[in-house]
Amino acid sequence: MNEAVERLVDLRWPSQVKSAYDVVIIGGGGHGLATAYYLATRHGITNVAVIEKGYIGSGNSGRNTTIIRANYGIPEAVRFYQHSLEMYGRLEQETGRDVMHATKGLLWIAHSEAGVRQERARAEINTAFGSKTEYVDPKTIQDICPQLDMTGQGVWPIYGASYHPSGASARHDRVVWAYAEGAMRLGVHVHQRTAVTGFLRDGDRVVGVETTAGSIAAGVVVSAVGGHVTTLASMVGLRLPIRTHQLQAFVTNRYAQAFGPIVASSGLGVYASQPAKGEMLIGAEIDRAPAYAYDAGHSFLRSCAFRSIALLPFLRDLRVLRQWTGVCDMSADYSPIMGFTGVPNLLVTTGWGTWGFKAIPAGGEQMAELIATGRTPALIAPFALDRFANDRTMADRGSAGTH
Amino acid sequence: MTIRRLRISCPHCGVRAVEEFVHGEIPTIPEGIVEPEARDLDRAFMHTNAEGVVVERWFHAFGCRRWLTLARDTRTNDIPDNRG
Repeated sequence: MNEAVERLVDLRWPSQVKSAYDVVIIGGGGHGLATAYYLATRHGITNVAVIEKGYIGSGNSGRNTTIIRANYGIPEAVRFYQHSLEMYGRLEQETGRDVMHATKGLLWIAHSEAGVRQERARAEINTAFGSKTEYVDPKTIQDICPQLDMTGQGVWPIYGASYHPSGASARHDRVVWAYAEGAMRLGVHVHQRTAVTGFLRDGDRVVGVETTAGSIAAGVVVSAVGGHVTTLASMVGLRLPIRTHQLQAFVTNRYAQAFGPIVASSGLGVYASQPAKGEMLIGAEIDRAPAYAYDAGHSFLRSCAFRSIALLPFLRDLRVLRQWTGVCDMSADYSPIMGFTGVPNLLVTTGWGTWGFKAIPAGGEQMAELIATGRTPALIAPFALDRFANDRTMADRGSAGTH
Repeated sequence: MTIRRLRISCPHCGVRAVEEFVHGEIPTIPEGIVEPEARDLDRAFMHTNAEGVVVERWFHAFGCRRWLTLARDTRTNDIPDNRG
């Protein structure tokens, strides 16, 4: 699509906050807006408000590294993320918006025998549960990504990799705007600069929210909050298996569009890709001490730059242009939490840690179905909050704190 | 952008870079949770994850290898009593 003739985003902001809605969604990021979009488009539920503290997409939806992949480590996750990946592939057609979706292929590199076993296992489990991933040898790796130093600067030699050809990326704010536009066209209210300060209760039940724009009654309240969900949940006495950690990323200055795939390394804890603008986008692991700050860390930039150069020596000649920090809700088992909370009429979609962007379409679609039908869809049933009490945790080594 | 250079004041070694330390926490189970099974569940999985000043433990792994206690504001990463 030619950007020069592209339409302006048609966001129809509501003129006022109504005193009651059928559904109130807290959080105007990708997940909240996608939930509203699918409620309106698939289920005809349009008396919906999305309450956003800042502006839409200003939280983790605007602070991620836009990687879309399905090569996770457990069957339930592979099925869910594969569905989301396929939805992303159809998103431009569905919304009529260019979200700059690009299939790039993703290499996950092994630097040791243990790493080779892990990547072989990843390829096997992905293939068995419907996502394409194959194990590739060093020669194939070089064909896919000639910029890689196969000796890893003599310290991190590349033994092999798993290759996920459907790995992709999309433009984060365009995804947010596409969902917001589609939802608002059908009458969904999106209220920006409105913070939720408490819940309205009737006994145990949640019957609405207190906001900086007044009280709003709601048939169902959904938390699609990123980063501050434990603070919100504590307002109704709900305990969550979540810690909030900072995740930093940076981009370099721009150069010729010459880097094809997305490259990740668990051993080095780093991953790299080249978005359409030509910058090199580098991300790493979460900071270990829980925090909500958006500040940048010198130690992160230094160590992440060092590790990424071990993989891709050409980065040495580039400069760090921009850095940002997201605050990630890391669940105890590195899997998302979707569905009922035990508090009547309060639903959550959370635990999106460092893997939330890729899950926006499927997360929104499945939450919308849950709200519309009152029943948990099979695809997200394994990710219910009560799995922790029922000894059914979804420990996933394939998500493991990176992207 | 603000570049953070977090330092921690170790009572044994003096002011050192945060990379020398490993974060630990002091787990807390709310008193309101009384049933043994609910307390076990909370101990195993749940977190207060406070947005504000928390008292926590840090292990000086690349120094004296002793634990220290400090208060840190999770909203800013400021350590109010830190001399670093």
